[in-house]
Amino acid sequence: MKRIGLTILVLAFAGWTAPSSAWEDGPAQVRNCTWCHGMAGQGYTVAPRLAGQRPDYLESQIKSFREHTRDNPFSKQYMWSAVAAVGPLEARDLAVYFASIAPKPASDGDRQLAARGRTIYLEGIPEANVASCYACHGPNAEGVRDIPRLGGLAFPYLKMRLEQWSQGYHSGTGTPMPTVARSLGPAEIDALASYLSFVR
Amino acid sequence: MAAACAVAVRAEEPGVAARHGVEAKLEYCKTCHGLSGQGYRGYFPMPRLAGQQPQYFENQLRAFIERRRSNPIMANVAHVLSPAMISALAAHFKALDPKPFGSAPHGSSELGKRIYEDGIPEANVPACSACHGADGKGQNEIPRLAGQLYDYTVGQLEGWSKVRGQGSAVDTSAIMAPTSHNLTKSQVEAVAAYVARLQ
Ligand code: HEC
Ligand code: HEC
Ligand code: HEC
Ligand code: HEC
Repeated sequence: MKRIGLTILVLAFAGWTAPSSAWEDGPAQVRNCTWCHGMAGQGYTVAPRLAGQRPDYLESQIKSFREHTRDNPFSKQYMWSAVAAVGPLEARDLAVYFASIAPKPASDGDRQLAARGRTIYLEGIPEANVASCYACHGPNAEGVRDIPRLGGLAFPYLKMRLEQWSQGYHSGTGTPMPTVARSLGPAEIDALASYLSFVR
Repeated sequence: MAAACAVAVRAEEPGVAARHGVEAKLEYCKTCHGLSGQGYRGYFPMPRLAGQQPQYFENQLRAFIERRRSNPIMANVAHVLSPAMISALAAHFKALDPKPFGSAPHGSSELGKRIYEDGIPEANVPACSACHGADGKGQNEIPRLAGQLYDYTVGQLEGWSKVRGQGSAVDTSAIMAPTSHNLTKSQVEAVAAYVARLQ
């Protein structure tokens, strides 16, 4: 935990000394986000990539943090306060801004597991009641409306998210993910997170 | 994982669909088809199954398994289901009665209502109500259309012959083929919006 605090601090400094043009284009609030999410919103340590994410999804999660519906330990520690003062209009602006940046894939999963992950992503495991992810997240894991893009997110982030639904944490109300995730074991989660980290 | 497999295996024993096997399977169907079977909009529209006619429901699962109806997602879902499981699932969904999903675009469904009730005689389109019923609830092998997702109905009617009745065997899908061809895009949209709102 200490380590993470430190890297975020270092990143904040890096941001100061090398201002990116992204800052000048975006809404004023952007700076308050890129300190943790990386200068071009590409993600940094525990803060996920926001670049290229579906704007409706980003907006729904900002709301979810503000209302304390998304409630895992990192949500509480970092995001509840980060968006406490972000109103609905600002949330929309920030969402549109981050969505417009081209995403870079993290490519940090285990390459050997990627093929297995791809099969589960496309077909599910019908005998074990694992739903195909493709039906909702799209053929290239690009997402649609408020269903998020998964392609290229970082392996540890994907793994953590897929574990958290079964641990009783939430990210929205009435979403299908708690049921989807309940059917996944550790081997399936590693395979899916590995595959997805490489998807462009 | 192991538990999920055990449940699935037990459910596939011939002739029995263990209660908890059915329950685990239902939960799985509902991740995509909505918690009360009302349908859901993923990357693809997932049709409403609530209140669907069991005979139609079973026919379609068989068509997915035999690839007479082509859909990669449902082909995978369906091929592991035993006949007993399919009957149990069909009976469960028939009994559900949630409100329509509410995905139809706003505006008038006057044209849709007219097509549904009277057909378009000059274009060889029969009244839908003649088969699907005045209330859109269907019967036997004729599906319920009431409350169906707008995008789903539009997609089915526009792509009918590319998806249904594949292969050489003639099946019930042939009954709808001429009607789907004779409707224009805007007529399809009008009638899809009309049935989407039927309770
Ligand atoms: C102190 C560090 C920090 C700051 C500042 C911060 N974030 Fe976050 N953000 C995080 C962490 C850590 C997570 C992961 C939380 C979780 O998993 O619930 C996160 C998650 C998110 C998510 C969810 C992404 C997803 O894929 O589900 C969104 C959206 C988000 N942040 C937007 C913002 C915005 C907008 C701002 C600026 C107003 C901001 N963040 C500022 C650390 C931060
Ligand atoms: C029935 C639709 C549906 C299916 C099937 C589905 N998802 Fe999701 N998924 C969603 C929705 C909606 C959200 C956003 C709401 C939420 O977070 O609960 C989401 C969110 C996620 C997230 C969070 C992304 C982020 O940025 O934090 C991950 C990871 C995820 N899904 C992975 C998967 C995987 C892996 C599968 C297949 C095993 C899958 N999903 C199947 C609908 C679905
Ligand atoms: C991963 C998502 C997903 C899961 C899980 C799923 N379905 Fe489907 N289902 C779909 C999609 C998508 C379609 C639409 C196919 C098309 O467009 O032709 C569909 C279509 C159907 C149809 C045809 C409906 C009609 O009106 O013609 C039936 C019946 C059906 N599913 C039953 C089931 C049953 C029973 C289960 C559980 C054993 C199930 N589905 C699980 C996604 C799913
Ligand atoms: C002669 C009887 C008949 C008439 C008239 C008829 N249908 Fe059908 N319809 C059927 C049958 C039978 C099926 C099931 C086909 C199959 O098994 O593949 C069907 C299926 C459908 C489906 C697919 C439903 C689903 O859940 O996938 C739609 C949509 C549909 N009809 C719309 C219409 C519309 C709109 C009209 C009027 C313009 C109409 N039908 C007129 C008999 C009819």
